[in-house]
Amino acid sequence: MVSNPLDKIRLAVKSDVDIVLCRQKGREMSVQMGFTYSDGALIATAISELARNIVKYANVGEISISPVEVGGKTGIQVIARDEGPGIRNIDLAMQDGYSTSGGLGLGLPGVRRLMDTFEIVSNDSSGTKVTTTKWRR
Amino acid sequence: MLVPILKQGQYLIASVQAALTDADLLKLRDALTEQVGTFRSRGVIVDVTSLDVMDSFACRTLSDLANMIKLRGAETVIVGIQPEVAFAMVQLGLKLEDVATALDLEEGLEFLNRKTLQMRHGIKPPR
Amino acid sequence: MAESRRRQANIRSSPEATAAVLPELVALLRQNRTELREEWARRITEAQLLTAMTKEEIFAEATSIYDNYVDVLETGAVEALQAYARNLSERIIPRGVETNEVVGIVLLLRDVLARSLFKKYQSDFALLNRVLDAYEPAANRIAVTVSVGFVQERERIIREQQEAIRELSTPVLPVRERLLILPIIGVIDPQRARQLTEQLLRGIRSNRAKVVVIDITGVPTIDSTVANHLVQTVESARLLGATVIVTGLSPEIAQTLVTIGVDLGKMNTVGDLRGGIEEAERLLGYKVAALAEAAQ
Repeated sequence: MVSNPLDKIRLAVKSDVDIVLCRQKGREMSVQMGFTYSDGALIATAISELARNIVKYANVGEISISPVEVGGKTGIQVIARDEGPGIRNIDLAMQDGYSTSGGLGLGLPGVRRLMDTFEIVSNDSSGTKVTTTKWRR
Repeated sequence: MLVPILKQGQYLIASVQAALTDADLLKLRDALTEQVGTFRSRGVIVDVTSLDVMDSFACRTLSDLANMIKLRGAETVIVGIQPEVAFAMVQLGLKLEDVATALDLEEGLEFLNRKTLQMRHGIKPPR
Repeated sequence: MAESRRRQANIRSSPEATAAVLPELVALLRQNRTELREEWARRITEAQLLTAMTKEEIFAEATSIYDNYVDVLETGAVEALQAYARNLSERIIPRGVETNEVVGIVLLLRDVLARSLFKKYQSDFALLNRVLDAYEPAANRIAVTVSVGFVQERERIIREQQEAIRELSTPVLPVRERLLILPIIGVIDPQRARQLTEQLLRGIRSNRAKVVVIDITGVPTIDSTVANHLVQTVESARLLGATVIVTGLSPEIAQTLVTIGVDLGKMNTVGDLRGGIEEAERLLGYKVAALAEAAQ
């Protein structure tokens, strides 16, 4: 019932330039919403990793960043969506050190540690959607 | 956006000014690896004081950079990682284990001085 | 018009009919503002609510709430009331006003206004019904908004105080140039562990520390989450260019760390705080000697 003056931001992710833009927008929103500077860094880093995953595995996708209110708690919700090939084995992808791209393989499990909630849905036909939230302390 | 590289005596100093794209980071890595030979530098300092996010790509590139510089016969030290950034990096699982770090430019220079002195005297550095 | 109203004498009226009486209701409350406000303030004093405030203060706040109240009825938008409730809570919480008093005064206003409606429309039951249908949901919403605003503000203050206590409980001590000591006493939960790390990292930066001694002699137990946090603290301090020495690991904690397989290779540990400080001084290039010895 508490309304928030900040609007949802939706950003197309196509290249490494977009990764920078996404995390800057996330950082800005975290400041406007009164997150601590340190939590802002966690949010921006998580967004950077999510956007990077899109560029790396699906080429194109979208990041949306919005304020949320759940049960009296205020937070920032970040949703990463793509229509890429999907993740075949989510359990495996959530293990530290696992990577199909030869990268560090920290992406998704790292994002889960940076944020407070983490949800992933992925399949061959509709791509991948990661929904994650950080609560304001 | 290009990162300016400053030649200071036998060292190269790159001050990262703002948010860098992946392409910028790779350019920086290549430029430093190139110039360390051109100027016969003994050490490289990468100052990341203004960076507010270090994600997996930035870390890997810096770590690659340090290893390449090493192969070219010089030392690398990363200086100025902000407390919040360090905290986020560690949460993400990035430790930059094989790269030397120092608080700021001054400390970085001191580190390189010590390192190059040891090298010149053939003393094996501790750790 | 009056006839059609009378014909439709079901208990609940249609939403359109409800909306139609709202302007009349708002006009009525505006018209009787002085009288109803005074009645409300009187009832507040009578019920011995807001005893921490003077009569004049109560009347001033009552006026603001009353006007906000009527505005919410009229527009349905609670934002202004919300902001006012937060602001009011901020002012009255430090004076010891309790939740039951805030809920009490809002319910009193609801009652005062409802009674005035009964009085005005007592001769027309159908119309009274429609007026109440318009009034009740809005009044409930207002009561909830104000109460929730108050409780949230209280919770915010409590959180802030907890934060302050936690910060006080773990001082980061600059004992020598470039040397920090962080004595941790008591149970570490994940939240405290996180705060410790943040404080330490800021301390390293502001004191330009090169070596940090974390003494956990006063920590009774550690679980795997906290142990991992400790490792993370050490790692993040290194990213800033500082070396961490951990001292005072009890036999129990040493056992836990080994059992849960914490990577101790990256941790510098020394038996006690004294040894830790000596090691730190060595790393910083200090040499401590007794005066007589130094004179030789």
